[in-house]
Amino acid sequence: MPLLRTPGGGPPDPRPKAPAARDAPGAARRTGARTRASARRRGPRRFTRRDLAVIGLLLGIPVLLDMVIVWGPTLASVLLSFTSWDGIGDISWVGLRNYENLFTAYPAFWPAARHNLLWLAFLGLVATPFGLLLAVLVDRGVRFSRFYQSTLYMPVVLSLAVVGFIAQLILSRDQGALNAVLGNTADPTDWLGDRDLNIWMILLAAAWRHTGYVMILYLAGLKAVDPSLKEAAAIDGASEAQTFFRIVFPTLRPVNVIVGVITVIEALRAFDIVYAVNKGRNGLELLSVLVTDNIVGEASRIGFGSAIAVVLLLFSLGFVVTFLVQEIRGESRR
Amino acid sequence: MTAAAPASGAAEPAPPRRRRGHRIRTGRIGVHAFLLTVSLAFLAPLLLAVYASLRPYEETSEHGYFSLPRKLSFDYYQRAFSDSEMTKYFINTLLIAVPGVLITLFFASFTAFCVARLRVRGSLLLLMLFTAGNLLPQQVIVTPLYVLFNRIPLPYWMSDSMTMFDSYWAVLSVQIGFQIGFCVFVLANYMRTLPQEILEAAIVDGAGVWTQYLRITLPLCRPALAALGTLQFTWMYNDFLWALVFISDGDKLPVTSALNNLRGQFFTDYNLLAAGSVIVALPTLIVFLLLQRHFIAGLTLGAGKG
Repeated sequence: MPLLRTPGGGPPDPRPKAPAARDAPGAARRTGARTRASARRRGPRRFTRRDLAVIGLLLGIPVLLDMVIVWGPTLASVLLSFTSWDGIGDISWVGLRNYENLFTAYPAFWPAARHNLLWLAFLGLVATPFGLLLAVLVDRGVRFSRFYQSTLYMPVVLSLAVVGFIAQLILSRDQGALNAVLGNTADPTDWLGDRDLNIWMILLAAAWRHTGYVMILYLAGLKAVDPSLKEAAAIDGASEAQTFFRIVFPTLRPVNVIVGVITVIEALRAFDIVYAVNKGRNGLELLSVLVTDNIVGEASRIGFGSAIAVVLLLFSLGFVVTFLVQEIRGESRR
Repeated sequence: MTAAAPASGAAEPAPPRRRRGHRIRTGRIGVHAFLLTVSLAFLAPLLLAVYASLRPYEETSEHGYFSLPRKLSFDYYQRAFSDSEMTKYFINTLLIAVPGVLITLFFASFTAFCVARLRVRGSLLLLMLFTAGNLLPQQVIVTPLYVLFNRIPLPYWMSDSMTMFDSYWAVLSVQIGFQIGFCVFVLANYMRTLPQEILEAAIVDGAGVWTQYLRITLPLCRPALAALGTLQFTWMYNDFLWALVFISDGDKLPVTSALNNLRGQFFTDYNLLAAGSVIVALPTLIVFLLLQRHFIAGLTLGAGKG
């Protein structure tokens, strides 16, 4: 499993070269290929006309697609959120009225926003640390670790909709397995119907899938940690906990950022599970469900739905920017 | 501790190691017990779904899902395939996922090649654009796309709804546009680790950009492409939202979204739904078990870089 062992590293042969190039940027390039490198760097002369046509076409299509499918609509969402539109008639500019209505007059908004934050907190504070714990335990090289890995990863490949349906089998009031195990058939708990309870059950189902995902990422990160670091710490008399928190965990910083971004994104994108369970009603409201309801439903309030989407966008943007800053930093180091 | 300690450097850490060895053994049992419990807890929901799908509704409605079986059969699987035409929905899914994965990988690999190998002007900006685009919540772009697709006319042979809305083209293009971002990010990181000398040698030999991409770079990226292909197939297969929003004709739904159809208007046979869930989950589980290495590599390639 070469890929697992050197995540981000490709075939093993370029590895030894990489640190040298990183320590002295440009030095390696300057040595042999100075003239060629400078020629490659400068000007369009290095491409023939045919090259330019190939690049223009094959780079142009994905860039255009990205603009039309992702960035154009994002911009349009922001603009539409200041308008009132039903998708057919005239578009009229209403300024901040959609936001005003959203925050003050739309009863579903605050519960939904709260649920999204709860989702984030639960994944971030429960599922993610749990995934890290499992990764650390499996990484110690216990026997059967392959079995444990496969089992714990399994939910990751399941569609969230399927997770939602399976949750119903376990949690339904009258026939669900959980009530049968608990033996409270006389006064069964309606795990998914009770407004105060169901969000927690759904969070557990979401965590079931998220834990494995986090574990995969951390396990790869842990495998890439230089074992001599741990040995050095052990010789210096550090306990295992100290070694982990002071030595290993800080070196996992890039993985931590990725896991953080994924956790936030998952929490904001959460949709499929609640939609599969009860279309996101009755205690399972989420911002994503509100957006979908406002465009697909009979109301078709495009402007208003866009305002909710912009709230989601602003939520996510902070984290996305953090991630990009780390990426750019990594980029300049190369 | 021992008097001989100063004699050799290795003797000093020896005693703690022995003590730790003992602790590790008791610790190991604890770790195994913990991991085994968690693993079984993770497996239980899946096993329960399989179990429920094998039992008739009358039985589970009377005794609950957590009871001993009296009659086991594959009736529900047969019903799921005959009554609800799962085959049709599977074909719908494949019509979206297979071209989706191939086109995504093709364009993403060329973009990554331009960014990481040719270093065209504005590479960093391009990379950021693609990466950030993939991180946005889908709901941010869903509304304008819904409006847009409703306004793009398509000839009848492409879409019987005469618009891009309610056709595979809508779902396919969104899948590709959205997933290219992730693939560009992963592939660009991967291509950077390839030795630049190979490319330089090809340039000296007079290879054009297309040859450099197809003959020199792509073959070296085979592991990354396999990993991404596996991962992307699973993701596109599992998609629920795009089809739900962009397809209104129930017959065109992909299999994941079609699961909802197994639910009756007034009465839901959960055992049938369980069978449907198992059928839907099965291909991804098989892909995972057979290509686990690639699947995991796909996820970690994007994440674990120094």
